[in-house]
Amino acid sequence: MNIYLDLFLTFAKMGVMTFGGGYAMLPILQREIVQKKKWASDEEIMDYFAIGQCTPGIIAVNTATFIGQKTAGNLGGIVATLGIVFPCFVIISLLAGVIETFSHLVFVQKAFAGIRICVCVLILNAVMKLFNKAIVDKPTLVIFILVTILAYFTAINPIIFVVAAAIAGIVIQQLKGRESK
Amino acid sequence: MIVLLQLFYEFFKVGLFAVGGGMATIPFLYDLAERTSWFTQMDLMNMIAVSESTPGPIGVNMATYVGYVTGMNQGGIISAVIGALIASLGLVTPSIIVILIVARFLKSFRDNKFVNASFYGLRPTSAALIAAAGLSVAITNLLNLDLIKSGTFTIDAINYKGLILAVVLWIFTNKVKKTKGLHPIIFIIISAIVGIVFSF
Repeated sequence: MNIYLDLFLTFAKMGVMTFGGGYAMLPILQREIVQKKKWASDEEIMDYFAIGQCTPGIIAVNTATFIGQKTAGNLGGIVATLGIVFPCFVIISLLAGVIETFSHLVFVQKAFAGIRICVCVLILNAVMKLFNKAIVDKPTLVIFILVTILAYFTAINPIIFVVAAAIAGIVIQQLKGRESK
Repeated sequence: MIVLLQLFYEFFKVGLFAVGGGMATIPFLYDLAERTSWFTQMDLMNMIAVSESTPGPIGVNMATYVGYVTGMNQGGIISAVIGALIASLGLVTPSIIVILIVARFLKSFRDNKFVNASFYGLRPTSAALIAAAGLSVAITNLLNLDLIKSGTFTIDAINYKGLILAVVLWIFTNKVKKTKGLHPIIFIIISAIVGIVFSF
């Protein structure tokens, strides 16, 4: 089979099989990419995942681009990424159409009112998980509290926070390095 | 037509600045709902639930959904499908560009001290941005803001049914060993049923 078609179909299949993205994808990646296709080793997958987390964008997408690029060059990276996006596009488009059609029904509205409560809890859980990983000392705690308050009470664009945070991170680490010398 | 270009541009920005996975897109989409009339913050909550309950990375699902609804509001099913396509492509384009560049000097990127240092600041910020957006949606859903604004502070001002459900869900997703590893879709379905049965 053509390598590009193979990449597209393999990642499309992974898009369908992954619920939730991120770490949910890891065991499926290991089975499909490492064991079946032999496009990358376990260590490489872990590397891609680590870097996929600290580069902009969705982790699953970043990992797909990496594996595609490694297997078949730049075009391979693009094709693998489109592969993982394709099923989302089809499924959500179909589902969104159905939901929009029935959204005026009272019981559907009640169901979504319940679901929205659940989403609040899911967001809280995501924050707690991130908090445990990200808040490692006093400066990171201060950043967390400061950004939470500013982002909640002002209309500052999140991009500003992200850029400022990256700069703050570098400055703080530089100062720390100087102190320890 | 112009909206479709804006859609690509907005999601390109989300893809470029949302660091740390699907949930990290929420503050950006929340901001987008505030700045444009494309979709409401209420819509966004529904989209998060649908994105969690369908296959595929949450961030991509959210982009597709927002694009679909925005396109639909601009006119018809065809622009909805085009909108879905454009938003998801906008989201992944920065990833493709960045990763294709990073892939060329993989090891040195991973060990670069500036990259690591910037992430020292980015991680708590990403968590904080999601926390702030979560706080806003929690308050909207758990309090009756219209009543409070009109000066009523009775029990009706609190969505007590929602509050009870939230506490129960939090316990089952964090404290109960048997259920805390379950997929979010299960809790979403249960919440939908509770919403119908208890008339939320």
